[in-house]
Amino acid sequence: MTVSTLQKTVARPAPQAEAATALLDVRGLRTEFRTDGGVVTPLLGVDFSVAPGETLALVGESGSGKSVTSLSIMGLLARPAGRIAAGSALFRTRDGASVDLARADDATLRRLRGRELAMIFQEPMTSLNPVLPVGEQIADAVRLHLGLDRQAALAHALRMLELVEIPAARQRLREYPHQMSGGMRQRVMIALALSCEPRLLIADEPTTALDVTIQAQILVLMRKLQHELGMGILFITHNLGVVAETAQRVAVMYAGRIVETGTVREVFKAPKHPYTRGLMECLPANAHRDERGQPVRLKAIPGQVAAPGRQPPGCAFAPRCAFAEPRCESAVPALAAVAPDHQSRCLRWSAL
Amino acid sequence: MAAAASASVSSPGLGLALRKLFRRKVVLAGAVALVVLVLLALFAPFASPYDPSALKVLERLRGPSALHWFGTDEFGRDIFTRVVVGARYSLTIGALTVLIATVAGTLLGLCAGYFRRLDTPIMRVVDAMMAFPDILLAIALMAMLGASLFNVVLALAIVYTPRIARIVRASTLVVRELLFVEAARALGVSTARILFRHILLNTLSPILVQATFIFAYAILAEAGLSFLGVGVPPEIPTWGTMVAAGQQFADQAFWVVLYPGLAIVIAALSLQMVGDGLRDMLDPRLRKSL
Amino acid sequence: MFRYLMSRFAGMLAVMLIVAVLVFLLTRLAPGDPAALMLGDQATAEDVARLRAQYGLDQPLPLQFVYWLGEVLQGNLGQSIFLQQPVTAALAERAEPTFFLTLFSVAIASLIGIPCGVVSAVWRGRALDQAFTGVAMLGASIPSFWFGLILIQFFSVKLGWFPVAGYGDPDVPLAERLWHLVLPACVLGILNSALIIRFTRASMLDVLGEDYVRTARAMGHAERVVVLRHALRNALIPIITVIGLTAALLIGGAVVTETVFGLPGVGNLVVSAVLRRDYPVIQGALLAIAAVYVLINLLIDLLYRVADPRVRF
Repeated sequence: MTVSTLQKTVARPAPQAEAATALLDVRGLRTEFRTDGGVVTPLLGVDFSVAPGETLALVGESGSGKSVTSLSIMGLLARPAGRIAAGSALFRTRDGASVDLARADDATLRRLRGRELAMIFQEPMTSLNPVLPVGEQIADAVRLHLGLDRQAALAHALRMLELVEIPAARQRLREYPHQMSGGMRQRVMIALALSCEPRLLIADEPTTALDVTIQAQILVLMRKLQHELGMGILFITHNLGVVAETAQRVAVMYAGRIVETGTVREVFKAPKHPYTRGLMECLPANAHRDERGQPVRLKAIPGQVAAPGRQPPGCAFAPRCAFAEPRCESAVPALAAVAPDHQSRCLRWSAL
Repeated sequence: MAAAASASVSSPGLGLALRKLFRRKVVLAGAVALVVLVLLALFAPFASPYDPSALKVLERLRGPSALHWFGTDEFGRDIFTRVVVGARYSLTIGALTVLIATVAGTLLGLCAGYFRRLDTPIMRVVDAMMAFPDILLAIALMAMLGASLFNVVLALAIVYTPRIARIVRASTLVVRELLFVEAARALGVSTARILFRHILLNTLSPILVQATFIFAYAILAEAGLSFLGVGVPPEIPTWGTMVAAGQQFADQAFWVVLYPGLAIVIAALSLQMVGDGLRDMLDPRLRKSL
Repeated sequence: MFRYLMSRFAGMLAVMLIVAVLVFLLTRLAPGDPAALMLGDQATAEDVARLRAQYGLDQPLPLQFVYWLGEVLQGNLGQSIFLQQPVTAALAERAEPTFFLTLFSVAIASLIGIPCGVVSAVWRGRALDQAFTGVAMLGASIPSFWFGLILIQFFSVKLGWFPVAGYGDPDVPLAERLWHLVLPACVLGILNSALIIRFTRASMLDVLGEDYVRTARAMGHAERVVVLRHALRNALIPIITVIGLTAALLIGGAVVTETVFGLPGVGNLVVSAVLRRDYPVIQGALLAIAAVYVLINLLIDLLYRVADPRVRF
């Protein structure tokens, strides 16, 4: 990814997200897991919102809580070990009702999943059922949510495969996942997720497992589909380059909290959290690249995220931060507004 | 838990392992039942005032009572006493079977896994032997060997040897490719030492787990053989021969077959409970492969 | 496909050849001269020698084996010493009860084992799971003959619902003959369900952790659909193997149960042959049972390939 494409995408005006009109508004989301070694809390209080039709990128290292956030919203936490301990995730359905996903019962969540909010996963190789033809898998969901009969559902599935630009879609409909490449399977996964025209799509690292060229194709496809179908996207990634290409707004996550949030343009131009800055420094085209030609991530940030439960009482990033002062270690800083629609959880943001 | 506590003094690793093993109540229950059975078998003469083989025809087929806890059999012998004495025979047969099968199976498995040229011939024979149901192969071997206490042990050991051999071969194939074995070979360590010190030590846990289950199967199989009349001669009181002899009186005196059978169930069940716990503790992956 | 079948077939032949050697050695190494056994106590030494020559028993062992194998390959398993009939005929007569007993037992075992295993996996760690796991372990610890005796006492002697033993003559209606199989099939079905419960549970637990199960949940499918349509279908593939193996082992492994219930099956034939030292019958029956076992294994393997779309030749 070059700087020029980055600037081009950033230059697009971003819609403002406000809680009142938000598609999804997450406040103070706290998720716990009970393990043999006691309770761990990967989410310590997460706040963000996604407006209709907008893409919010949720960025962070592995272990920062990105995936737990998406599973919490979807109600897919491994039970009984995982549970939402506090906070809310208000979701506005297409008929205008507001549902708190953090408290909704199973039946409500089931009705919403697939129809109102859908999810695509990191591993296209294992996320499709190996013993069902892909057309059946899409048709199953369509019959469930749109109430079509089998024939109509299969016809709908065919249209979906065509929409995600799968060649020879009619033939692919009857094929099994193992007969397809990784990129093709991810297209099927997208077709499945979008089959009932959800209002919110959660994409959890949808391109990480794919080859670089395929990654770009999938990103282009997702942008096109968002344009056509108008859904909001929560795009989870650890790759800032992808953020620039897909999102209007970004939320940077660190150790179970959002540490900086704002428009992609603002945050990329003037990051106001040392962690975001560290991430940015890894990004430029002249940064180190690994053998696959991808920028080596977070090379500039020494150390790693503290394990949940072993976090310092103050700012979780302080032990790795070049700007840390003694006061940083006494209490967790609040999110401070540094500009309109740009917030940072850093006491020293003005010094950055 | 006294055993675990004292063990932890001499070897903290073992004590920790035992404590971990017995944390599950099921495993603890199985172990306690086993210990009780073994103690009863060891101290059989003190466990009851009766002579296991004294005939008292007047007392025949009496129901369970305060005098005869499990009732009496067709010759007026006390069934509780005979079940306790039967524990001696049945447990000994099971233990010896496991011992022989484990040693033989381990040797065969090590050879098949380590020496490539021996692999196919040994494993083909193992496959051929496993093409027979356990009990049928045991019956056929008994036909060849003739009915006797020792031959039951021998036949059952032959039947269960392939199971151990298969497991040991599989882990040997894995372990022999590991770095430390390569290193030992490069350092000129002798083949025998590599086999026994390096490879065998690393395959001990699956062998131990399998041996526990074979112990249970051997007790069941001995009972089956004796029941069919091709196992232990009827005059020796194993749990199997007792059920077999009591069969014809089952209509009038069901306790004659009930209690020896229950003893088999308890012994096999407690062995499997312990084996299950061992499997969970030693290798969680084994759980899936049964 | 053809290539795969050929290699499987070659492996099968190799195992069967070794089985044949084992079976042959088993009876030749047994104490007692088969010829003397056939003729009985009153035979003179000359009679025995003549019979030995007639059956080729005076030839060296490898030659005897080749001669015997040649006959076996032509479908001649020899003549029973006691039954006054060819071994193949004796086997054919005994095949019906064994076949139906195996069929019913496997059906009962699967009908118990698969639902219990699925429930166990879905409610892992809960009371029901622990109960089923415990019952499975108990089932694997009960001697079949003892369980059979208990069922006979209760259902046949006390309640009189089922015949105590036997199978019925060939001229009674099939249904009446099969009625004799209900109790023995229950014994074998219940006891053998233990393995299927455990295996189904393990297989379902594996599958329930798969990404595609999460995908199904993420699409809003009801838990029933997720478990039965998405998870069980995948879990069943390895379960087929266990069910097939159970069937294969029951063909000859039902010996004890057949004896308790007085069923004239193949297992029963072997036991009576062993008690009478009827070596040709022992040999023939063992060979036939092993052959069926190997064949069923091949069938399972093929079925596996049909059930799993990922495994195509």
